[in-house]
Amino acid sequence: MKEKKKWYDYLWIVSLTYLILGFFNILFAWLGLFCFFIPLAIAMIKGNKAYCNRYCGRGQLFSLIGGRFGLSRKKDIPGWMRSAYFRYGFLIFFFIMFFLMLWNTWLVFAGAKNLGTVVTLLWTFKLPWHWAYHGTLFSDGVAQFAFGFYSVMLTSTVLGFLTMVLFKPRSWCVYCPMGTMTQLICKAKNGAASQKQEA
Amino acid sequence: MAKRKAIVSTQECVACGCCARICPRSAITIPHGIYAVIDRELCVGCGKCVKECPASIISLEVTEA
Repeated sequence: MKEKKKWYDYLWIVSLTYLILGFFNILFAWLGLFCFFIPLAIAMIKGNKAYCNRYCGRGQLFSLIGGRFGLSRKKDIPGWMRSAYFRYGFLIFFFIMFFLMLWNTWLVFAGAKNLGTVVTLLWTFKLPWHWAYHGTLFSDGVAQFAFGFYSVMLTSTVLGFLTMVLFKPRSWCVYCPMGTMTQLICKAKNGAASQKQEA
Repeated sequence: MAKRKAIVSTQECVACGCCARICPRSAITIPHGIYAVIDRELCVGCGKCVKECPASIISLEVTEA
C-alpha cells in the first residue's frame, strides 16, 4: 500500500535522542542548531520546504505518537490558530524570546552574570537542571547557551505535544516558527524568481 | 456517479507536507514550499489528506462526471 520507507523516515529517532541527551549533558543542546540551519539553508538554496516535507524528525515523532499510537483527539485546529496573524505573531514572539536568550548568554559570556543551570519551560517555569551540567568548554557562556537553547527546544516540544493531543498529530507544523520562516523565505525567493521569468 | 477530488485552500496552506506523505497515489507535491498542489488526474478523492492535514484546509469537492 505505502511506498518503502526511506532513510529519512527514521529521523524521529534523532529528535528523540536529542531530547534524551539533554537530560544527561546539557552541552548536547548545541546540536539542535542543525534544526535551525538546515531548514533555512534548504529554503534559501533550493527554495522549497523539503525539510518540513521529508526530514523533520519532530514532525515524524508527533505523527508517530499522535497517529500510530493514537495519542491525539484528531480534531480540527481552531481557526485562529491557523490564521496568518497567529502564525506570524508566534514567529515574532519566538524571535523576541530567542534574542533575549542570546542576550542572557552574552551577559554570562561577558562575565556580567553568573551561569544559571536551569531550563526555562514555557518562558516562565525554571526547572532545576544542574544534574545535566558537568562543567563547560571555553566559557560559562557556552553552557548558558546550551541551557537557553534546550529551553527553546523543550518548550516547543511541550507545546507541540499539547496541540498534538488536543488537535491533529502534527498541529505543531501549523504554527512552527521554523516552518513559517521557511515558507516566508520560499515566498520571497520563488516570488522573485517567477517575476524574473515573466520579465 | 459523482466524483470527488481534494482541493487545497492555498492561502491557508502551511506547506508542511503531511498530505503528500499520506497520499497513496503520490498525487500531492509542494513544489515551491508555499502550498500543496494536487494533481487532479491522479487524485481519486480518497480523503486521506483531508483527515491528515493539521490545518484542516483540504476538502473534498464533488464533481459530476
